[in-house]
Amino acid sequence: MGILGKARAKSPWILHFDAGACNGCDIEVIACLTPVYDVERFGMMNIGNPKHADILLVTGTCNLRNARVLKNLYAQMPEPKAVVAIGACALSGGVFHECYNVLGGVEGIIPVDVWVPGCAPKPEAIIEGAVMAVQRMQERASGKVQPSEDESEDEHA
Amino acid sequence: MNPIALGALTLVIAPILGGLLMGLDRRITARLQNRLGPPILQPFYDVGKLMGKQPVACNSFQGVAASLYLMTSVLALLMFVLGQDLLVLLFVLALGAVMLILGGFSVKSPYSQLGSQREVLQMLAYEPLLVLMVVGVYLQTGSFSANSVLALDRPLLLTMPIFLVTQTLVIGIKLHKSPFDVSASHHAHQELVRGIYTEFSGLQLALIELAHFYELVLLLGFVWFLWHTNWLVGAALALAAYFSTILMDNVTARMTWRWLVSFMWTWGIGLAVANLAAIYFMLRVPR
Ligand code: SF4
Repeated sequence: MGILGKARAKSPWILHFDAGACNGCDIEVIACLTPVYDVERFGMMNIGNPKHADILLVTGTCNLRNARVLKNLYAQMPEPKAVVAIGACALSGGVFHECYNVLGGVEGIIPVDVWVPGCAPKPEAIIEGAVMAVQRMQERASGKVQPSEDESEDEHA
Repeated sequence: MNPIALGALTLVIAPILGGLLMGLDRRITARLQNRLGPPILQPFYDVGKLMGKQPVACNSFQGVAASLYLMTSVLALLMFVLGQDLLVLLFVLALGAVMLILGGFSVKSPYSQLGSQREVLQMLAYEPLLVLMVVGVYLQTGSFSANSVLALDRPLLLTMPIFLVTQTLVIGIKLHKSPFDVSASHHAHQELVRGIYTEFSGLQLALIELAHFYELVLLLGFVWFLWHTNWLVGAALALAAYFSTILMDNVTARMTWRWLVSFMWTWGIGLAVANLAAIYFMLRVPR
């Protein structure tokens, strides 16, 4: 890992998108920024701007309305980037799965790198997910993984 | 010292110093908020990371704007270190700021547009104070050159005490610290997202960050000028000014641009002009 790789690992900037969450997951994501969890000690910052972001945290279900927004945000993020789906809703649709307007989870709209299950997941789990996303981002930057490729998780330490 | 060697040394040392100070700022801010905070080297990681990002630009002018901003910041600092004309230095600095504003205006994003408009207002708030400080230097030395200050045998602070306060405010505005962060915020995002920086990404943003490192050193250099006879006291003054802006950032909330402009044009400029008048009428040093 060169200097660039080290810098990338040390400074992941986060974009948080609430697709259609009940707000439970969002509260947990925001809790990561509080003094108790303080993700900034890993250099992570919540910047509400896709053009500066490295990691996209998505909470909630995708529906016909927000799928376009989500795709747009993902497309605006410069490579290398990674996506973390947070909570049962973002994974599969969760309790909202049977709703008439719900398309399901985030997967299928944009490629997901890390899944964080739970309803709602704990902040510790979200931070771990973000850290795993950083590793995926590194692999992608070094050309090991293609954006939509699926592979086993034996790489991470 | 040989001017070329001095210039080269400045080019290398200034960004390191500026980056470390910014890292210290983030650490202190975190501690004030009862958090652990990022490593001191964080600003360097950020710049390194941004350099490795895929280049995305809305138009070709953005890159030009960001690089000109960096170039003018470096040039202004070099002029300062090499003892050139302070007035020309301020024009160079203003040119860089205007370039950044044009870069923000060149994209049709409402955040970037509004941020650029507010940046113009911020310039309106701090530029007169910088110029007035240089006028104060002129009143005492009869010259605009930075070298003439070094030739003085007593510190400027004794005759220009108000300028320690106004320079602190200028640093706060320049670094987009609360309560002056109307066009963009130094750390977090606000209602304009990242304001004027919203549409700059990757390498462009890295260049802008690098320019901030140089600019911070230059602004602190201006404070150091107030006590040039003993460089330790000067450095202590500069650090004190810097840490007061950090403290101010953490204990205040953002005000509106109307407040910013009216505050700086009444209290800031009023006090600075009063100080200049005092120098002119009473303390005028015989040449
Ligand atoms: S996973 Fe649970 S907490 Fe999270 S958005 Fe869905 S319903 Fe709410």
